Amino acid sequence: MFDFLQGYDVLGAFWMTVKLTALSAVGSLVWGTLLAAMRVSPVPLMRGFGTVYVNIVRNIPLTVIILFTSLGLADIFGVTMGASDFKVQGFRLAVLGFVAYTAAFVCEAVRSGINTVPLGQAEAARAIGLTFGQTLRLVVLPQAFRAVIGPLANVLIALTKNTTVAAAIGVAEAAYLMKSMIENEAQTLLIGAVFALGFVVLTLPTGLILGWLGKRLAVKR
Amino acid sequence: MSSVLYDTPGPGARKRNALLSVVFVVLIALVVWFVWQKMDDKGQLKWSLWQPFTTSEAWTTYLLPGLGNTLKAAALSMVIALPLGAVFGIARMSDHRWVRIPAGVVVEFFRSIPVLLLMLFANEFYARSTGVTSEDRPLYAVVTGLVLYNASVLAEVVRAGILALPRGQTEAAYAIGLRKGQTMTSILLPQAVTAMLPAIVSQLVVIVKDTALGGVMIGYTELLNTRSTLAANYANVIQSFVVVAIIFIVVNFVLTSFASWLERRLRRSKRSTGAVLGAEDMEELNPAAVGGTFGSGASDTI
Repeated sequence: MFDFLQGYDVLGAFWMTVKLTALSAVGSLVWGTLLAAMRVSPVPLMRGFGTVYVNIVRNIPLTVIILFTSLGLADIFGVTMGASDFKVQGFRLAVLGFVAYTAAFVCEAVRSGINTVPLGQAEAARAIGLTFGQTLRLVVLPQAFRAVIGPLANVLIALTKNTTVAAAIGVAEAAYLMKSMIENEAQTLLIGAVFALGFVVLTLPTGLILGWLGKRLAVKR
Repeated sequence: MSSVLYDTPGPGARKRNALLSVVFVVLIALVVWFVWQKMDDKGQLKWSLWQPFTTSEAWTTYLLPGLGNTLKAAALSMVIALPLGAVFGIARMSDHRWVRIPAGVVVEFFRSIPVLLLMLFANEFYARSTGVTSEDRPLYAVVTGLVLYNASVLAEVVRAGILALPRGQTEAAYAIGLRKGQTMTSILLPQAVTAMLPAIVSQLVVIVKDTALGGVMIGYTELLNTRSTLAANYANVIQSFVVVAIIFIVVNFVLTSFASWLERRLRRSKRSTGAVLGAEDMEELNPAAVGGTFGSGASDTI
């Protein structure tokens, strides 16, 4: 019944999805946290930059960004991301696109986490004589970090699903393989089920574990 | 301006902030200059490449029909997904386990699959098993994919909208002798729909963005798809991307502004129960937070 799987590297395709997700997650966490730091900084100009970046990037479809990295950055400006062969280049360009896009959502998640800490906490910390560094380290950030886990888990799950867009520039991940399999094999329904199941397996545990963690660590108010 | 992270700046902090501003401006200017230089090197700043967008031909032949198709697919998806989502959202709150659990499984399943897989599958399914003509098929496939995904997202919105209403509404309805169905249709749903409006409009942004997938992967002639025809005609890849991105930004910005205006208006209004579901709530709409049975926590605003 599952002989249609022969000749196709389904696990390899999902491994590609996982690699795309992991690298983009790390990159967008770094860039998104930087953006969030700008958006809550006391310097108005940095706040402005963060706001503009987030509002522009959030409103462009991810597909436009990913396609642009390939057709614009690589083909016209010759940005090869230090890759010699076409496959590696596509992979790196896709990660670049995902980082640029997902960072906007990470920024918003982190910012909303910081905003959940009531102003009174910082005021109370100052009132008992803590310095700025101590206030941040002992009072504000521990609470902000806990509040961020839930929203960040959502971003991670969405990123996992969004990596399928890389198929648009020929990265051999799950959706790309599914497209060619579904066109060449007879068992449309079974192929669809196999790939759907793959994504359920990838996203379900992330949501359950991080959701549980976020709920457990949340500061009860 | 004071926040939880810093005090109202004093003289020292103001000086430091000014210095940081200068450094930041210089950095940004460097990046802009570098990009400008690169564009110039590759001859991308030539007016002849931008000029087509000032003619009516580029707009009437390529961009506007593309935008029209984008909006058509988005509107169709929303119109079909909304009642479907309402049915599933209400089914998930049923008192009967044999209704509640299957509805939950369906909703969680479709929420955890990428839209692209649904579109690809629908496209192939229509090609093999139905008589949909090949001109119509991309639209059908795009709308089917978007409906399946967004109906399950909207099901959660409906559920959250109804749960956000004060308990007293249900209790009062039962007290005056309404049955469960009557309570739902004449008391809870009308109020929940109003509360959900901002969330529904911001979901439209997600739908508009997702139509672009159909353009690249299954050849639906929406904005991003007509962009490639346009770029092939005028040989202006970069410029066409910039213009298309701006169009998407404008459309989505209008939708987002409309959603937040609605939200503000609803929050102000005295007649409502004060239950409003805004864009911010959408981001938190994971089953872990609402207490769902099969938590995959797929985020909805991305």
